Amino acid sequence: MDGSNLITLSLFILFAPLVGFWFTLVLGKKMQKSYLIEIAVSTLVLLTTIYVSFTKLFFFPDIKFVSEFTWINLGNVPLLGKVTVELGMMIDNITALMLFVVALISSLVHYYSIEYMKGDKRYNRYFAFLGIFTFSMMGIVLTHNILMMYIFWELVGLSSYLLIGFWFEKDSASDASKKAFLVNRIGDLGMFSGILLIFVNYHTFTFDKIFLAISSGVLPFNSEFWLTIVGVLLFCGAIGKSAQFPLHVWLPDAMEGPTPVSALIHAATMVAAGVYLVARIFPMMTGDALFFVAVIGVLSAFIPATIALTQTDIKKVLAYSTISQLGYMIMALGVGSFAFGFFHLVTHAFFKAGLFLGAGSVIHAMHHEQDIMKMGGLRKKLPVTYYTFLIFCLAISGIPLTSGFLTKDGILAGSYAFGLLTGNTVFAITGFFVALLTAFYMFRILILTFHGTTRNQHAYDHAHESPFLMVAPLALLAALSIFIFYTANPLNADSGWVLSKWIKTPASVVPEHARYSFMVPEKMQEETTKVTEHITHSEIYTEALHHAHIPAVLLSLVVAGLGILLAFAFYQWKKIDVDSLTEKVKPLYTFSLNKWYFDEFYHKTFVAGLLGISNLLAWFDTYIVDGIVNGAASVTRMFSRFSGLFDSYVVDGAVNVTATFSGLIGLAFRKLQTGKVQAYVVLVVFSLVLLLLFFVKI
Amino acid sequence: MTTIGLQHYLVVSSILFSLGLFGIVTRKNAVMVLMGIELILNSANINFIAFARFGNFGFDGQLIALFVIILAAAEAAVALAIVLNIYKNFSTVNVDEIDKLKE
Repeated sequence: MDGSNLITLSLFILFAPLVGFWFTLVLGKKMQKSYLIEIAVSTLVLLTTIYVSFTKLFFFPDIKFVSEFTWINLGNVPLLGKVTVELGMMIDNITALMLFVVALISSLVHYYSIEYMKGDKRYNRYFAFLGIFTFSMMGIVLTHNILMMYIFWELVGLSSYLLIGFWFEKDSASDASKKAFLVNRIGDLGMFSGILLIFVNYHTFTFDKIFLAISSGVLPFNSEFWLTIVGVLLFCGAIGKSAQFPLHVWLPDAMEGPTPVSALIHAATMVAAGVYLVARIFPMMTGDALFFVAVIGVLSAFIPATIALTQTDIKKVLAYSTISQLGYMIMALGVGSFAFGFFHLVTHAFFKAGLFLGAGSVIHAMHHEQDIMKMGGLRKKLPVTYYTFLIFCLAISGIPLTSGFLTKDGILAGSYAFGLLTGNTVFAITGFFVALLTAFYMFRILILTFHGTTRNQHAYDHAHESPFLMVAPLALLAALSIFIFYTANPLNADSGWVLSKWIKTPASVVPEHARYSFMVPEKMQEETTKVTEHITHSEIYTEALHHAHIPAVLLSLVVAGLGILLAFAFYQWKKIDVDSLTEKVKPLYTFSLNKWYFDEFYHKTFVAGLLGISNLLAWFDTYIVDGIVNGAASVTRMFSRFSGLFDSYVVDGAVNVTATFSGLIGLAFRKLQTGKVQAYVVLVVFSLVLLLLFFVKI
Repeated sequence: MTTIGLQHYLVVSSILFSLGLFGIVTRKNAVMVLMGIELILNSANINFIAFARFGNFGFDGQLIALFVIILAAAEAAVALAIVLNIYKNFSTVNVDEIDKLKE
């Protein structure tokens, strides 16, 4: 086994969903059951992915498979030099992990949707859209260059747009899809500028070649500052796609899409693409750029967590918790805790997809009721959903024995270590506080949905456990939220196979003094310019992380427990009267309930500003530009009228006079031309005689 | 009794030329016009012969007269053919009515 077939198989993984999309869509009009094509394709892709991912992870954990071809060869371009654009695929460990996550959740959502979407009038089209989403996501994961990544990045944006606006008859859904698309575009603009800067400086889009060039000392415009700028610009794409502050506003609205779509796209895969992008460009991020990333991450972790406390729509709470968790990952990458950041992406994908599918199951049972204030007591009606939901809640809160504990604790330890090394403890403190909030709001919705007594008797009476195809994915995802799949030691993931063998912090290629101090490598590694997957963190960092681990575990346990306890005290045992507390902190409560007024703020500033500018430009267009054009037109018309008059009277007059004069002459001479030969002869003779009279002297 | 000299010949030829010209200009019938042309040619012939006889030119005059006669014969043939064709096209040989040149 040499793994050479992995690239071929990954081509299948990439293009099969596209084929599935096409056939499902085209045949959908004629065949009622064309969605079965998409289901079959999805299953095949899942099986292939399992083979590819685990072959890669188990047998070739240290090899990077790359296959590329030259797409465009411009030869020697003046000013730029040799320009070629390569397209290609790359499978390394994080690709393999991400492939597995995407394929698994994608196919689980496919199965789940068979039941959930039953009776929808655009059933086949729904599955076709799932297909094109899977295709685009696989493209992002598998590519080895940033150009292709950008192309698939936009395709993901498109499929997200299609799926959010799937029920486009609802105005809120079509508005949400537009909002998602436009907000994403803002981030993509930054990413695109970053790509252009890279291409201008390195004449390549391939990650490895860029890293190689940077590690050999070539910097954009010869300055580290510009390297930071490029990193930040590329990260802008991640801000948009991963719904990070300040572009997080689209994700809660995107909950207008069908719930399985929310699970697939807006919890597990598409929003993770931003984190994946940061992981990909991690080696070229300077310390300053990473600090920026960390700041964005911590803000995105904190703000949505506070908003989630007061929301009553079950999907909105999950959406804000998604942003918050993505903020965790981004923050982890930003503080240099690469492995835990990416690891959290994987574990979060499973339990968050599970939470959404669980919420979907509840919504399905409650006949499309999403308000948790109108639920309650569903534990007995939906036992499987309840217990899986409980596991997911424990996982996201970071309770031991769950996967979430391993990664969240790792992130917190990483930020704590960062605090120890740099003295900047904001990240760690906020991280722990957000962990408390997370535990609280997750158990808040768990208790309000499943515990106590129902607040909507009618819907409760008709509620029933969801069919097998809906609860089976839940069970599988709940199983994957248990620690055993990642490490044998439930308290520390370091020794587990995921961290020790699979996810390794890539070597940083930026100049040493532009990095975080703890990322300065040992002398021996400094000599290697070749980019390979090995740990760059210095021993100081490893030591700090080691020191941070025990306090972090204890502290995160305390805060998670406290959060859960508070949630029970508030909503289960009613020890604390929620309403009176709400009254006491009314301003804070409304601030959180109204989502920090982000939407209003954006409406007042950016949207209104844009409208104002547009109106101004429209006014400028109507009055100034059109005025100039119209003025020029009327001046031209006047001039034409004048020159028309000149033409018809002067020029034409002269011509006509000439013509009339010629005509008159013609009239006179016409008489001579009788057409009779004899008359001509007479004329000739007469003229001859006259000539003779004149010239011959007699 | 005066001897017949060059002038007599020239007078005859002038009369003949004038008659011919008169015929060309006044006759209506195309054939008559042709006959006028013949008269003019013959008046020219008389001139040639007369100058050859009274001038010191050798036989040149006689030779040219012979050529003119031959030419006249050829001309008559061609001209008559033309007249025939004119008749075919216009159903008349009246030159007054044939004023196509006017157009």
